[in-house]
Amino acid sequence: MEKEVKKNNIFKRFKDSIYTRSINPKDDRDKIQVVFQSFILHLHPTMIPERSLKLSVTWGLGGMAALLLFIQALTGILLRFVYEPFPGKAYDSILHMKNEIFFGDLVRNIHHWSGTFLVLIVFLHFLRTYFTGAYHGKRQFNWVLGIFLLIFVVFSNFTGYLLPWDQLAYWAITVSTNMLSYIPLIGDRLIEMVRGGSEVGSSTLLIFYNFHTGILPILILTTMGFHFWRVRKAGGVVFAKEETEADSKLVTTIPNLVFREFVVALILIAVILLFALFFDAPLMDKANPAFSPNPAKAPWYFEGIQELMLHFHPLFAAIIIPLLIVITLIFLPYFQYDSKVSGVWFLSDKGKQTGKISAIVGLIVTPTLIIADEFFMDVSTKLEAIPTWISNGLIPFLIILLLLGVYYKFIKKKFQTNKTETIQALFVLLLVIFVILTLTSIIFRGEGMALTFPWN
Amino acid sequence: MKSKKNKILNEEKPESRRSFLSKIWYGIGALAGIEVLGISINFLLHSSKNEKEDSSSYVIAGKVDEFKPNSVTPFRSGRFYLSRLSDGGFVALSLKCTHLGCSVGWNETEDKFICPCHSSVFEKNGNVVSPPAPRALDLLPVIIENGIVKVNPNKPMKRKRFSNSQVTYAES
Repeated sequence: MEKEVKKNNIFKRFKDSIYTRSINPKDDRDKIQVVFQSFILHLHPTMIPERSLKLSVTWGLGGMAALLLFIQALTGILLRFVYEPFPGKAYDSILHMKNEIFFGDLVRNIHHWSGTFLVLIVFLHFLRTYFTGAYHGKRQFNWVLGIFLLIFVVFSNFTGYLLPWDQLAYWAITVSTNMLSYIPLIGDRLIEMVRGGSEVGSSTLLIFYNFHTGILPILILTTMGFHFWRVRKAGGVVFAKEETEADSKLVTTIPNLVFREFVVALILIAVILLFALFFDAPLMDKANPAFSPNPAKAPWYFEGIQELMLHFHPLFAAIIIPLLIVITLIFLPYFQYDSKVSGVWFLSDKGKQTGKISAIVGLIVTPTLIIADEFFMDVSTKLEAIPTWISNGLIPFLIILLLLGVYYKFIKKKFQTNKTETIQALFVLLLVIFVILTLTSIIFRGEGMALTFPWN
Repeated sequence: MKSKKNKILNEEKPESRRSFLSKIWYGIGALAGIEVLGISINFLLHSSKNEKEDSSSYVIAGKVDEFKPNSVTPFRSGRFYLSRLSDGGFVALSLKCTHLGCSVGWNETEDKFICPCHSSVFEKNGNVVSPPAPRALDLLPVIIENGIVKVNPNKPMKRKRFSNSQVTYAES
C-alpha cells in the first residue's frame, strides 16, 4: 500500500487529494459516491424518485434560471473589462465594444438576451411553483426566498438597463424612477437617494453600476444558495403523494438527472446563441436629457405598471397597487388554507375549471376596460372639484377591490370551491390582467402612448 | 458533570463578575456594530457626485424685444422654455413634464406643449390642458434688467396652476 502511494508522482497525489472517485462511475454504488463526494454535484441528492424526473413536474425552470445566472456572470465579467461607468464614456465604450472588439457584439447580445430570458424564466418558475402548490409546509419560507430572488433579478435587469447610456436607457430610467415622486412625504427625498441627485446623471450611473455588478450579484448568489438548500431540506422538488408501489421507486442521480440537466442546458444555450446572433441588443442614440424619444417606455417588465398609470393616478398605479401585490405574494404561503394539495397542477379538476373561467374573464374584461377608459371615460374632468388622486385613484381602486371581492364570492358559491381553489381563481384573474396590461403597453402603445396597431 | 458545575456557579453568584464582564462584551459588540452602521450611512449620504449647481445664478436669455408676444422660445441647454404671453409678460417654464419627468416638446401648430411619454398637454403659461400630468409645468424665476431677460434654470418652483402673479413684466 505504502509502496503504491510512493509510486504516484506529485501531480497524481495532488489530483487525488481533490477528487478520488473515478469520473466514469460503473455501478450504482459508485454513481452515488460521485454525487456525494463532489462539491458541485452534491447540490443534488444521490438518488431521486423516478417520478420527479418527468419534465412536467418542474419544466426544469429553476435549473434554467441558475444556468442563465451563470451565463450572466461570465459575460458580465467580460463586459466589465471594456465598460466605463461615466456619462461621457459609457456610450462610447459600448460602441467600441460593438465595432472594435472581435465578438464584442456577440458577448453583449448574449448578456442582453440571457438577462431578458432570466426575468421571463424566473417569472415562469414562480408561476410553476404556485400552480403546483409548492409553498405549503416546509416550503413556506423558500417561497419567500423565491419572491426575493424574483425581485433581485428584476432589479438586476433594471440597473443594467441604464448602463448603455443611450436614449432608451436614459428615458426608461428617468420615467421609472420618477414614479417614486408620487410617494407622499418622502417621495422627492427617495428619488434623490436613488438617483444620487435630482436628475439622472453621473451619480445615478455609478449607483446603478455598483448595484448591477456588485451588490445584486452577491445578494442573488447567497440567496440562491439558501434557496437550493431549502429545496433539499424540504425533500427535493414537489410531487404528488405516492399512490402505487412504482411511485416510490428511486433511481440514481447519475445519469438520470444529470443527463437531463445537461440536455436542457444545451438547448437553452443554443436558443440564447440564436437570439444573440440574429437580434442585436438595442442601442439608440447617446442619451440627450433635452429630448425625450416618442414614445418613451419603461423596461418591458415594468410596462404593465406604465399601462396602469395611463388609467390610474400614479400614487395607486405605481406605488400602492404594486406594493400591495408584492406584500400579498410574500405572505401567500401563510394564509389559512383548507386544503394543502402539493404536486398536482392547478390543485383539482375544479381548480382547473375555475382557473380557465378566470382566464377567460380576464381576457374579456381587461381589453374592454382599457378601450373604454381610452375612448369613453373621462372621470377626472367631470369630477373636477375632487383631487385627482381620489377621483382617478382611490375611487376606481376601491371599486376594483369590491369587484374582486364579488368575483371571489361568486366563484366560491357557484362552483363550491374550497378556499385554496378560490384564491387560485383570483390569482389567475390578476395574472391574466397583468399579462394583458404588459402586452398592451409593449405592442399596442405607439406615439404619445396612444393605442395603435403595430402594423400601421 | 458539566451541569453540576453550572449549578454550583449559579447558586453561589447569581450576578457573578463573569456575567457582568460578558454583558460588557456584548455592549462593546453592539457599539462596534453601531459605529460600522453610522460610518456607512454617513459615507453614503455624502457620496453624491452630481455637481450641485449654483441655485442663485441667472442665465441671459436675450433682449426683451427679441421675443414676440404670444411666442415660445426653447433653451435646450438650460432645459427650459421662455414663454412670452399675449399681454407681453414673461414666464420661464421647466422642460420637465410634471407627470414622470420627460422633456415636453413645443408644438407650434397646436400652440401647446405636448409630452411624448404619456401625451400630457400644457398651455403656453404651463397650465395642464389634458392629464395625466397632475399640475402645471414648474416655474423658473425670471428677472428683467435694463431690457434684458434673465432666467434662473436651477431653481424650479412647483405650482398647482398658473396665476397672474407668476408673470414678470418689463418696466416701461
